[in-house]
Amino acid sequence: MATTDVQTFTTSLADLDVSVSRTDAATAPAAIDEAAVDPAIGAALDIEGISLADTAVETELTPRGLHEAETGVTRADRAVAAYGSLLIRSDDGGTEPLSLYPPNHVAVLRASDVCDDVEASVDRLDEIFGSGGSAVLATGASSTGDMGALVEGVHGPKHVHVVLVEDR
Amino acid sequence: MSSQRARRRKAERIRGLMETEGPIINENVSRMNRDRYAAAERFDEYEALRDEARGIKEDAIADLPALLDTLRESVEANGGHLYLADDAADANRYITSVAESENADSLVKSKSMTTEEIEVNEALEGVGVDVWETDLGEFVLQVADESPSHIVGPSLHKSREEIATLFNAVFEPEEPLETADELTEFARDYLGDRIRHADIGMTGANFVLADSGTITLVTNEGNARKSAVTPNTHIAVTGVEKVIPGAAELQPFVDLISKSATGQDISQYVSMLTPPVETPTIDFDRPDDPLGSGDGERDFHLVLIDNGRLDMRDDDQLRETLYCIRCGACANSCANFQHVGGHAFGGDTYTGGIATGWEAGIGGEEAAADFNDLCTGCSRCVNACPVKIDIPWINTVVRDRLNADATPSEFEFLVEGLTPDAEGSVDIQKRFFGNFETLAKVGSATAPLSNWVTSFGPARKAMDRFLGVAPERDLPTFRRETLVDWFESRRPRAPNATAERSVVLYPDVYTNYVLVERGKAAVRTLEALGVHVELASPLESGRAPLSQGMIATATDHAEALTAELDPYLDAGFDVVAIEPSDLAMFRREYEKLVPDEYDRISANSYDVLEYVYGLLENGTSGDALATPTTPVAYHSHCQQRTLGLETYTEAVLDELGFDVETSEVECCGMAGSFGYKSEYYDLSMDVGRELEGAFDDPNRQLVASGTSCTEQLGAVFEDGVVHPVELIAPDGS
Ligand code: SF4
Repeated sequence: MATTDVQTFTTSLADLDVSVSRTDAATAPAAIDEAAVDPAIGAALDIEGISLADTAVETELTPRGLHEAETGVTRADRAVAAYGSLLIRSDDGGTEPLSLYPPNHVAVLRASDVCDDVEASVDRLDEIFGSGGSAVLATGASSTGDMGALVEGVHGPKHVHVVLVEDR
Repeated sequence: MSSQRARRRKAERIRGLMETEGPIINENVSRMNRDRYAAAERFDEYEALRDEARGIKEDAIADLPALLDTLRESVEANGGHLYLADDAADANRYITSVAESENADSLVKSKSMTTEEIEVNEALEGVGVDVWETDLGEFVLQVADESPSHIVGPSLHKSREEIATLFNAVFEPEEPLETADELTEFARDYLGDRIRHADIGMTGANFVLADSGTITLVTNEGNARKSAVTPNTHIAVTGVEKVIPGAAELQPFVDLISKSATGQDISQYVSMLTPPVETPTIDFDRPDDPLGSGDGERDFHLVLIDNGRLDMRDDDQLRETLYCIRCGACANSCANFQHVGGHAFGGDTYTGGIATGWEAGIGGEEAAADFNDLCTGCSRCVNACPVKIDIPWINTVVRDRLNADATPSEFEFLVEGLTPDAEGSVDIQKRFFGNFETLAKVGSATAPLSNWVTSFGPARKAMDRFLGVAPERDLPTFRRETLVDWFESRRPRAPNATAERSVVLYPDVYTNYVLVERGKAAVRTLEALGVHVELASPLESGRAPLSQGMIATATDHAEALTAELDPYLDAGFDVVAIEPSDLAMFRREYEKLVPDEYDRISANSYDVLEYVYGLLENGTSGDALATPTTPVAYHSHCQQRTLGLETYTEAVLDELGFDVETSEVECCGMAGSFGYKSEYYDLSMDVGRELEGAFDDPNRQLVASGTSCTEQLGAVFEDGVVHPVELIAPDGS
């Protein structure tokens, strides 16, 4: 991945009003804690050297927790620099609803997961679908114009934060 | 009902919608249209991806049976069920049986036009299932008990104030709801509750991938995701045409759909679900048990609906409709739609430009009859469509098929001598407008008497009554001396056998009989630039009958005209047209009408200003042309803009030193006979008034390329509108 991808990505995120913290593995837990509004719930990130156990994020998931949480913390599998989109998997850890139900979503992502554009993500999508997997390309906050003006935070999060872990 | 009464009633209905829903629809749809242009502008690959998307859809529809087999295998291998439903009743039978076997009391739905098409809500309610629309726009309509007015934004016709009034009356909240934020929050909480406790989640599908069984949902709110993964049972309902091979074929659509629909680079959520999904089950009735420990397994049903689509696939003319990805760009770019919305310009389910194809395909032509006429054929939607569907052509075909079913009028004698279309007894009003050439011939031969007669009160009343010609609209003034007469009288003066280029100028009916000056100006301009000019016989290109859906008559005209032009083309002449709607025939519709002649004529025909541009670019001096005397306000013609030709006019005027202001308005609202028809007169004027804003400087000379624009600008402003060639033509006679 070229650094220009990451730059394009952060510019796209800024356009979407998505805040970013750039960290390394060591400082990622602190960045997550800082971005997460309590109560926060999350699923295992599966990024080497980073564990939610080092944060205040609750990882025992219940429907009540999902309903009442202010923040959901999840891994993002890939990102699309051109649009600032995050590819969020649907896994058995509950990443999909965690990224959707709480009003804040904190997505943790490695710089090396950033792709140029949708076309560059096709191989990864193929892999995911081929093994029966599901994912969503999520871009910014959930929104609607159906009530006569643009409103953010409808059925999905009102605010999205990206923790970008430099790994190259 | 007499046809006059029917026309009055239609005019009344259109006026009503123009007043009630028009302003808010206009605001919303125009914004989406503007944003679409901006999004396409920002995206380098836009045009290339349109071609790719078109190709993918062509192949997918051609390969549909094989794709369906592959998809069935994938869905079943994943552990889901695929049901191919013949029609609405069949689909509803299957869906209600699933609901019954699940003992379902409630179902949450995310927006899907296909479920509107089959009216699944009624079927489910019939077996005791509460259905909730979770898309906020659909929810508003559910509460209001109204039908969608737009494919993408079903409630675009409702203002915030109306929604607030509605919600306050129905839900009686403690504090009345007022702002968009309050309304959104209320709806979200209300629906969130229903989603958490629903037994079944139902979604549509924008695309279905055959190789993996993945369904794609494009939304902004997030309700589709919640509906799909919260309840244990997910039913996805969509049309068979949505199947494409795999992820590689999905990419162009992901990049195109939102840009075309709302002008967003991408929608907030492009969900790609390969159900049953791995997400643990979520049982909100047992809130403190760990996720996934609740009842049962995830269950998935994909219901693919035929409902006429496989017949459309066999129909050479309607097949393209199946390429549609339901982005709504055709509606947003449509001047008429912008003013009346989908409650006038739509059928039971689908709205806007492509709605005619959909409604005709799934409900039969009759289902499209009521609104099909609102397509004026301006073609502005053609470039808006991300899959390059020729939407005006589909409208023409449906119009033609409807003509075949029209009953003959007792006033047939009025249009005696005007060719009936081969397919059947065409409506008298359509025959009148479809045979403008004959009228023009007679009108010119008897001018000025004909002009005097047609401006006479009782005659106008009769024309309104029997033919539906709007009495408010000025009729064209036929000229006794036609362009052909003039040209022949000066023939000895025509230069010059040594010219490097030879042109056969096409004298369209209007130029020959009505707007003769622009014809003379074209001849003088071309000759001043050293071109040898000959005039073709004044034959109709077929545009007028085609606009009325009289395809057979249009084909006859097209054949006669190409036969007339053939020897000129053989001799190396270029064909130059003054009227853009006729040039658009050569470049677009002749592909369908005279396929054998199409390549040659489309490659060798030019708009007059395009031709002038080419000459100047190739080094011909423009010194002999007129110099600017006044700043101008220029309205290009809709079909001309679709072909990308307005830039040549602008470039020529620019190069000659004119101060030009160009309107961005999609269409003047006249588009041929449309503004003459009494049932559409008010709408035509309403659309035309958009030009007022664009041209508010009274000191500018009004300039228009097309006949209809000239007439419409004349009606909105004043007479004295000229063709651009009249600006640049050297003086003379
Ligand atoms: S016809 Fe084209 S522009 Fe219209 S909704 Fe379908 S895809 Fe979009």
